Amino acid sequence: MKTKLADRFFLVILLLLSAVFIFPVFIVLINSFKLKFSISATPFVLPDKDTFTGLSNYIEGIANTGFWSAFMWSLFITVFSVAVIIIFTSMTAWYITRVKSRFNSVLYYTLVFSMIVPFQMVMFTMSKTANVLGLDNPAGIILIYLGFGAGLSVFMFSGFIKTVPLGVEEAAKIDGCNTFQIFWNVVFPILKPTAITVAILNTMWIWNDYLLPYLVIGNDYKTIPIAVQYLKGGYGSVDMGAMMAMLVLSIIPVIIFYLSSQKYIIKGVASGAVKG
Amino acid sequence: MKNPMNRWFPVFVLPTLIAFLIAFVIPFLLGLFLSFTEFRTVSDAQFVGISNYIRAFSEDSTFLPSLIFTVKFAVTSVISINVIAFLLALMLTRSVPGTKIFRTVFFMPNLIGGIVLGYIWQVIINGVLYKFGYSITSNPNFGFWGLVILMNWQMIGYMMIIYIAGIQNIPSEITEAARVDGAGPFTTLFKIIIPSVMPSVTICLFLTITNSFKLFDQNLALTAGAPANRTQMVALDIYNTFYSRVGYEGVGQAKAVIFFIIVAAIALFQLRLTRSKEEEA
Repeated sequence: MKTKLADRFFLVILLLLSAVFIFPVFIVLINSFKLKFSISATPFVLPDKDTFTGLSNYIEGIANTGFWSAFMWSLFITVFSVAVIIIFTSMTAWYITRVKSRFNSVLYYTLVFSMIVPFQMVMFTMSKTANVLGLDNPAGIILIYLGFGAGLSVFMFSGFIKTVPLGVEEAAKIDGCNTFQIFWNVVFPILKPTAITVAILNTMWIWNDYLLPYLVIGNDYKTIPIAVQYLKGGYGSVDMGAMMAMLVLSIIPVIIFYLSSQKYIIKGVASGAVKG
Repeated sequence: MKNPMNRWFPVFVLPTLIAFLIAFVIPFLLGLFLSFTEFRTVSDAQFVGISNYIRAFSEDSTFLPSLIFTVKFAVTSVISINVIAFLLALMLTRSVPGTKIFRTVFFMPNLIGGIVLGYIWQVIINGVLYKFGYSITSNPNFGFWGLVILMNWQMIGYMMIIYIAGIQNIPSEITEAARVDGAGPFTTLFKIIIPSVMPSVTICLFLTITNSFKLFDQNLALTAGAPANRTQMVALDIYNTFYSRVGYEGVGQAKAVIFFIIVAAIALFQLRLTRSKEEEA
C-alpha cells in the first residue's frame, strides 16, 4: 500500500512538470493569433475580441522571411546530407574496421577527435575554405555536412561493426560476391538499426543548425533557423506577431517528425548514448 | 600481404576522407596556424608569435568575463539537468501510469532548434519580468537564469532517456534480492541503483558539459550578450571577435584555440574520472 501512495504522489509531480514543459509552446501558439502590440506586455493572456487577428501574423511572417523557400532549403539540405552521411560513413566505418592499417587507425582516431572540437575553432577557416572551393551553395554544403557528421557517424557504425561476426561476410565472399556487394547485400542490412540511429541524430542536428549554414550559404540562401534569426536582425524592432507565427511554423515540422518516428528517436538516443 | 579490399579504398573511404579534410582537418590546422598570425583574409597572414594569445587576455576586456560566465553557467546547468533528469528517470521506471506519454512530453523540447528555443523563452521571461518593469536585458542575472532554465528545458528529457535506459538495464534479481534482504528505498538507491548507472552518468555528464560550454544559438537568440556583453558566453564572444571587430581576426582565432583546449581537457578529464568510478562499481 505504501508504494501505491508514493506512485500517486509521483503522478501528481509528473503531471505538474508536464504542464511546465508544454506551457512555453502553448504560450507561443496562443500569441501567434494575437495583435503584435498585445504580445510583449501580456503574453499569458488568451486572445479576445480585441486582440485576435486570425492568420495575419502568419501571412506577414511568411512574406517577410520567405518562409516557404527557407522550409524547402532546410528540407533539401537535411534530407540529402543525412542520406549522403549514411551511405558514405557506413562504408568508411566498415572498411576501416575490417582493413587494419596505420592510415586507417589514424583516420579513425582523427574522426573521433573531431567530435570534441568546438565549432568556433574551425568556423572562420572552414567558411573561407568552402568559399574558395565553391562549396558555398546548397549542394556544396552537403559535402561540408558529410565532413562534419563523419566523426559521430563513423564512430557509431564502427562500434556496432566490431560486434558483427566475420562469418557471414566470409560466406558471401566464397559465394563470389565482391567487396561492394558484400557490404550492400550482407553488411548494410545488419547495420540498419544503427543507420536509423545515426540518421536521427544527424537529422536533429542539421535541421536545427544555424551558424554553419549562416556562414557558408547565409547570404544567398536561408534555412529555417536563419529565417527566424533574420526576423530579429533585419529590423530595429522585432515584429512580435510575425515572430510568434514563425516560431509555430518552425516547431510544426519537428513535432510531426517526432510523433511519426518517436519510437526510433527515443531508442536511437538511448542506444546512441550507450555506445558513447 | 596484399588485401583484395585495398583497391576498394577509393569507393569506401575517399568520399568521406575528402569531405573530412575540407570541412575539418584543413580548417583545423589552418586555424592553429592563423592563431599565431595577423590576418584579414588568410592570404595576408603575418607571423606574430604568441601575441594574439596575450592580446586575448590583456587588450580584450570580454574574453575572461565570458569564460567565467560560461563556467558558472555550465556548473549550474550540468548539476540541475542531471539531478532533475535522474529523479524523473527514477519516477518513470516505477509503476506510474502513463510513463510513455510523460517520456514523450519531456523529450519534446530537445528536438526544437536553439534559435527557436531562445525566442520562445525570451517571450516567456520578458512576459514575467514586464510585470515588474524589467526585461531580460535589464540585469545580467536575468539572462544567466534565463539561459539555465532554457538549457534545463531542452536537455532534461534527453538525459532522462539515457538514465531510464541505464536503470532498466539493472537486472531485476539484484533489486529483488536487496528487497528480500530488507534494504530500504534509500539503501537500494545509493548502494545499487546509483553505482549501476555510472556508465549513464558518464555519458550524461559528458553531453551536458560539452553542450553547456559550446552553447551558441540559444545565447544569441535569448540575450545576444546583453546587457553590455555581460551574458555573452565564450562561443558568442569568439564569433563577435571575428565578425564584428576589424583587426581582431587573429585574436579571435587564438581565443578559439584556447576554447578548444579547455573543452577537450574538461571532456577528457571527466571521462577518465567517471570511467574510474564505473570500474569501482
